[in-house]
Amino acid sequence: MRVEITVNGRPHEREVEPRLLLVHFLRDLLSLTGTHVGCDTTSCGACTVLLDGVAVKSCTVLAAQADGCEVTTVEGLGGPDGLSPVQEGFRQCHGLQCGYCTPGMVMAATALLAERPDPSEQEIRDGLKGNMCRCTGYQMIVESVQWAAANGGAR
Amino acid sequence: MIPAGFTYVRAGSVEQALAELAWHGRDVRLLAGGHSLLPAMKLRRVEPGVLVDIGRLRELAYVRLDGEQVVVGPLTTHRTLERDPLVAEHVPLLAAAARRIGDPQVRNRGTIGGSLAHADPAADLAAAVLALDGVLVARGPSGVRDIPAAEFFTGVRTSALAADELLVEIRLRAATGLGYAFEKFSRRALDWAVVGVAAQARPEGRTAVALIGMGQTPLRAGEVEEALAAGVPAAEASALAARGCAPADNAVASAAYRSHLAEVLVGRALAAL
Repeated sequence: MRVEITVNGRPHEREVEPRLLLVHFLRDLLSLTGTHVGCDTTSCGACTVLLDGVAVKSCTVLAAQADGCEVTTVEGLGGPDGLSPVQEGFRQCHGLQCGYCTPGMVMAATALLAERPDPSEQEIRDGLKGNMCRCTGYQMIVESVQWAAANGGAR
Repeated sequence: MIPAGFTYVRAGSVEQALAELAWHGRDVRLLAGGHSLLPAMKLRRVEPGVLVDIGRLRELAYVRLDGEQVVVGPLTTHRTLERDPLVAEHVPLLAAAARRIGDPQVRNRGTIGGSLAHADPAADLAAAVLALDGVLVARGPSGVRDIPAAEFFTGVRTSALAADELLVEIRLRAATGLGYAFEKFSRRALDWAVVGVAAQARPEGRTAVALIGMGQTPLRAGEVEEALAAGVPAAEASALAARGCAPADNAVASAAYRSHLAEVLVGRALAAL
């Protein structure tokens, strides 16, 4: 089947199998490998992207379901010469160790701040409940989101 | 993990979804938010030949007040239930249960109709719908019928919905201003409930208590309800929580532990009413 999905502002039309998952559409067809596959069972959140502005786990969405929709991946936030506040927060506060969970954490945190620009610590922990860090660096991840909230938020 | 291959059909109307169900029989599955079905398909526990995507039928996503009932469309997401002002005012138990499901990403996609039709014995919303005296409206080729929530769940992930029926509405008895509580115990942050409890006070002094994780289906704690109605203090009534239940005895929790949890959680829920 044919799908057209706008990713980070650019429309992409592809012929896909109906069973193709959104995360594989992004990684394998568009070579956007910033979105990671972690658990592949809707648990870890490493594959989190924004689908029409809402955080979703892209290992549990069919590309067919995203047909006609807008997707934002970590590549759509900012690059080395212009990090988003959340990305910069993770850099400033050492919010990553191995980095595997980081794209999903950054996307979930961006969605959280878009909705709650000034979250409490508990709201940050609740908002990131769907994202696991196997390095267990949660404290610094929370601090990174607090830094971002104080320095521009979800931009 | 990749699902087995299937034919994808995007339903443009309820009528088309029903026609697809009737045409393909048992080889078809309905896709709403996909957060129960897609994981099962990735594990190849479910391999439908045809997937009918009803996710874009916006006319099935609503919350309305109809007399003494709150009427919820099946495609209403858990996220909407968490925030909807009508839900908050008239059936806050439903919001309390929705808030405890999975995690934000799951709640953004998962739907009440999908959750109920999936009929998992540990589904949070099932407990709330049971305690709110819910009626599930099914539409099939021969018309519409009402199924009381207490008769809807027939076995592990099995419901009273026929293969050619679509769950088109959930009707809940308003409980405006009355006490309610939702309690659940899970092992990790986003796990399913090992055991959960939904309790809803009623004006006539009766209290509805529903349990999840305590049998093959979500169920009402009949003995607790009768004891409360007879004036037995909540602390004593909660000791009856596991009576008549046959909870699973597996790697997640032993039957004895689940029974203990049910008593403790019912006690907490009743104390919070």
